[in-house]
Amino acid sequence: MTDNILSYMTFFPLAGMIVVLLLPSKSHNLIRWVSALFTVPPLLLGVWLYGNFDRINPGLQFVERVPWIPAYNIDYFVGVDGISISMVLLTALLSFLCIFASWGIDKGVKGYFALFLLLDTGMMGVFIALDFFLFYIFWELMLLPMYFLIGIWGGPRREYAAIKFFLYTLFGSVLMLLAILALYFTSEPHTFDMTRLIAQSGKYGVQPLAIWPFDQWGWGFQHVVWMALFIGFAIKIPAFPFHTWLPDAHVEAPTAISVILAGVLLKMGTYGILRVNFPMLPQATADLAYWFLAALGTFNIIYGALCAMAQKDLKKLVAYSSVSHMGYVMLGMASFTTQGINGAVLQMFNHGTITGMLFLLVGVIYDRAHHREIEGFGGLAAVMPVYTGVTAVAFFASMGLPGLSGFISEVLVLLGAWQKYPILAILGASGVILTAGYLLWTIQRIYLGPTNEKYKMLAEINGRELFTLIPLGIIVVILGVYPHAVLDLLRASLDQLNQTVIPHLS
Amino acid sequence: MAIGLTHYLVLGAILFSLGLYSVLTRRNAIAILMGVELILNGANINYVAFSHFSTGGLDGQIYAIFVIMLAAAEAAIGLAIVLAIFQIFHTIDVGAVETLKE
Amino acid sequence: MDHPVQTDFLRWIVLLPLIGAAVNGVLGAVLQKRMGKWAISLLACAPVLISFLLSLQAFLNLLALRPENRFLIDRLYPWLSLGSLKVDVAFWVDPLSAVMILVVTGIGGLIHIYSTGYMHEDKSYWRYFAFLNLFTFAMLVLVTGDSLLLMFVGWEGVGLCSYALIGFWYHDHVNTRAGNKAFIVNRVGDFGFVLGIFLIFWSLDKQGHGTMTFREIQQFASLLEGQQVWGIGVVTLATLFLFVGATGKSAQIPLHVWLPDAMQGPTPVSALIHAATMVTAGVYMVARLHFLYSAAPETLLVVAGVGIATALFSATVALTQTDIKRVLAYSTVSQLGYMFLGAGVGAYGAAIFHLMTHAFFKACLFLGSGSVIHAMSGEQDMRKMGGLRQKLPYTFWTFAIAVLAIAGTPLTAGFFSKDEILWQAFSSAHGSPLFWVLGVAGAGMTAFYMFRQFFLVFFGQCRADHHTQEHLHESPSSMTLPLVLLAIGSIAAGWIGLPAVFGGSRFAEWLEPVFGAHHEAHASATLEEILMAASVGVAALGFYLAYLMYYKGKLAPERFSSLAGGLFYRLFHNKYYIDEIYQVVFVGGTLLLARIGAWIDRYIIDFIVDGSAKTTAFISWFNGLFDNHVVDWLVNKIADTTFEAGDRFRKVQTGNINGYLYVILGAVLIAMIIKLRYWS
Repeated sequence: MTDNILSYMTFFPLAGMIVVLLLPSKSHNLIRWVSALFTVPPLLLGVWLYGNFDRINPGLQFVERVPWIPAYNIDYFVGVDGISISMVLLTALLSFLCIFASWGIDKGVKGYFALFLLLDTGMMGVFIALDFFLFYIFWELMLLPMYFLIGIWGGPRREYAAIKFFLYTLFGSVLMLLAILALYFTSEPHTFDMTRLIAQSGKYGVQPLAIWPFDQWGWGFQHVVWMALFIGFAIKIPAFPFHTWLPDAHVEAPTAISVILAGVLLKMGTYGILRVNFPMLPQATADLAYWFLAALGTFNIIYGALCAMAQKDLKKLVAYSSVSHMGYVMLGMASFTTQGINGAVLQMFNHGTITGMLFLLVGVIYDRAHHREIEGFGGLAAVMPVYTGVTAVAFFASMGLPGLSGFISEVLVLLGAWQKYPILAILGASGVILTAGYLLWTIQRIYLGPTNEKYKMLAEINGRELFTLIPLGIIVVILGVYPHAVLDLLRASLDQLNQTVIPHLS
Repeated sequence: MAIGLTHYLVLGAILFSLGLYSVLTRRNAIAILMGVELILNGANINYVAFSHFSTGGLDGQIYAIFVIMLAAAEAAIGLAIVLAIFQIFHTIDVGAVETLKE
Repeated sequence: MDHPVQTDFLRWIVLLPLIGAAVNGVLGAVLQKRMGKWAISLLACAPVLISFLLSLQAFLNLLALRPENRFLIDRLYPWLSLGSLKVDVAFWVDPLSAVMILVVTGIGGLIHIYSTGYMHEDKSYWRYFAFLNLFTFAMLVLVTGDSLLLMFVGWEGVGLCSYALIGFWYHDHVNTRAGNKAFIVNRVGDFGFVLGIFLIFWSLDKQGHGTMTFREIQQFASLLEGQQVWGIGVVTLATLFLFVGATGKSAQIPLHVWLPDAMQGPTPVSALIHAATMVTAGVYMVARLHFLYSAAPETLLVVAGVGIATALFSATVALTQTDIKRVLAYSTVSQLGYMFLGAGVGAYGAAIFHLMTHAFFKACLFLGSGSVIHAMSGEQDMRKMGGLRQKLPYTFWTFAIAVLAIAGTPLTAGFFSKDEILWQAFSSAHGSPLFWVLGVAGAGMTAFYMFRQFFLVFFGQCRADHHTQEHLHESPSSMTLPLVLLAIGSIAAGWIGLPAVFGGSRFAEWLEPVFGAHHEAHASATLEEILMAASVGVAALGFYLAYLMYYKGKLAPERFSSLAGGLFYRLFHNKYYIDEIYQVVFVGGTLLLARIGAWIDRYIIDFIVDGSAKTTAFISWFNGLFDNHVVDWLVNKIADTTFEAGDRFRKVQTGNINGYLYVILGAVLIAMIIKLRYWS
């Protein structure tokens, strides 16, 4: 069993989907419990993986390789290293919790849970795939259930949001596919194997192409491929100006899907950059990520925070806060320092847990009041004290309060950024002020002040909702106090990754 | 007079002609089927004869067996069709069965 | 100095209040309902008092060591270890932080006890104490953390608790707004603090010694000299960044605006957080990093300048306030200005000394005002008080002592510490007579506004309404006992730091291992005595004016307030309109930017996205027309032709089997004839 642990983690939910499809569609509770049951093994295996992951070894672990389409040198090739391990664990955890957050779905229950489990497989697959072909298949596999989950179970403008999401992502996928094929045909022998592509990274030309406008910019083959991949990934992050699908998708998606969207899907963008762009195209990374990626990240931080401040819809505010927080990830990875890159990946993990909490909390209030207008509430702290307490933890973690996990990753990112780009670090740090501003203002308007008469009778948060929030809250606190619980997993691989790019920095 | 190839061929031709005549002139479906059997057997005789008098191998015989098998299958299907026609039209006169026309 | 004494009880000084906070925070609501408020009080007060006893133990341990070895450390575990960045969770106590932990746990303990009386009627009793304990924890982390980053943890932690306690009565938006303001203004300061940390770390890292612990920074501080960023010395820039943090936390210009509003919190909170401990964190930080500040004369000038400016500025504002707590708040800002003046002229010991004495008398004043407010059923306007001295004897006497102390009456604690600062401002290498003149002017104003408050509250006729007067009562002993102890401290705390002319300071001696040997000023003792007499004289003048105006009533305050057409009065009373300016410029500016950002998203980026979608849709509509009218026409035409042809040819299918056979036969015959005729 332990030999194929990653495959088990990935395909258990798929088996769950098949079982769910065989169940009678009327028995809602059975479907829910069966779905929950099938997300437990990946979580338990994840715990085992956490315990048995070799923290010293920077290379790939738990590797499985089976020839799949030999004619094109395509393998079923999976494995984890420090870049992906935290994301695999996060996916397993959030998938499990989100099943419980979906308990309230009562329209088309069977379809919902079947698609959800398919989505789970797709997400897990993206993080473990080491063959580009496989990677692309999982990447697209996850897109489809997402489209339907937003488009069918979403809010009033769900179709607009789903199509916007789908088209944006598909646009990115096309560029990514072209880049993958370009790399495939350049490699000798032709291969989709990421490790082999990385090994030949010297082969991808950096001489300026004789095609306008690349000759003007001095871009070689490697730079063009880098940019194509980057745009594909940037849409997922989402980096300015490719971010406007996010607020719409978040607002319309059901709670659990928002959690998955923010908690896992956004990470695929930054994960892709670290997994593909950095090691495979190091020269282009050194040329383009330096300043460009860092500045884009900083811009994301400030722009996202400002947009969040202007929002009237609570969920949209949280969505824009994701735009802002993912900016730290970009800034950190573009700093090419140990602190920055470790902070970036830690921030990916932390953002998953913190924003997951935030969306779950928004869901709690929406289920009760059936709207999310920030101005429409007031004084909820008196009505729902436990709920307010949990919200405060999540909000302050999001603000980067020391003792909670967000602080560690933001400080590491900014510390790393300072070494290369002091100005950007200063601007990025000023985002922390804006974050405090909009989050405190939100707390004030929703939870504090005189109690709104309309909501005097709102029910306190229930046991099931607490069950989804408490594990995340505990992780947030633990990682604030003992960040090495996760940092140890990342460190070796990320330092090695960093070293592949640093020699190319001029 | 020794019996040679010609004799067999003549026999085959006679059988073939009789079968053809039956097929062309009869309006009874079963009779047509019987005519088809005759045609096939005429061909069988030719196979065996040519085989015997040319190389002396068994190729012709094998083909003949194939054809006999085929004839059996054909008869079975043919009779089934005839039976179906009879159940629908209450006749086995092929001239009456021309609904395909319109 | 190189071999600090490893201990394992320092962690409990810090962690006990955290445990109290965690238990009260998680189980408080249940405990309060099941077991009553005494359980909450016990859980909250016991950890702080035990921490105080442990702090005393630490102090005694230090005393037992030789001065240069006075150093205890307690390492828990490595917190962050990435590349050259190595930060441990470790707490240390040296003479400087020993003073601080004694102040925090000692005065903090008294205020905890006081709160059990003051907050007794509150529904959310448990929540109050959870945050008060959490604050104590954060403050202890701030002062005992052995690295800049750990200090920052406490730095932000106290900010959180301050936020939560200012907005403790969250039903009123006045309170929550004050809380938000405090947190966000502090965040601006924290922003500077973090940048300072980064700059120090990387500048040391460049020399191969990247570190954040205080001892190592001190050890390698000399490596920073000569390094430059953007044409400014690294030390200067880093200390300026850190000082931005100090102005936020310690409410100095230009980030002072939050502290007066912070008075919306319960009064014991104002005493503990906004007078005695948290707001002094900035002074502590500057003193902690004295080796950097001393190496950056430009920064020192800024520190001293900001300090004296704040001292004068807020003294003028305090002259005109009518809210009993706001006067104290501006007085706090002003006194913090004096501490920065002290630090800014390099007299760190004097600054810390004033920090400590101020903690006693200002906590006493705040708690006294709390007792008054408690008695007056929540009234805070001094114009509605008066004649309270018979009704509240304990409060009156303790308040009187504290007022004497803050006004700098000889032989009280405030006299010794303030005069030490003024003397250093005059005589130290970084000082100047101008600082002294301005400082003395501020001292005069301090005496005036404090006695003005004193007379307005405790003397004359009671101006409260009938109902309030009937309910006037002295506070319970849980509140008066801390008052008495603090009043004693307001006198006695000064005696450990006597000026050189009266026999030398034990306090300065105690801090010597931290700040280095005390440089005896070149000026003569006679000069010191003259200056001291002058400042006492100015303070007495302040007292006399207040006496004439508010006790005797011989001098109408209007004679002063109408000077220059009332311009000054309006300026002072409205706090120089700084709140309004900030509101328009910073808050309004940020919100404007936010709206612009949201507008760009909605109308530019989404316009492009939706536009490209619509363009695609239009093209496909046009494409569809072509399909329907051209391609489909062709396709249909071919299909129609085929259909017609089929319709004609199908006549051949007669259904007559014999007919077919004749056709077959004929065809075969024709084929045979052709074969025989043409291919033979």
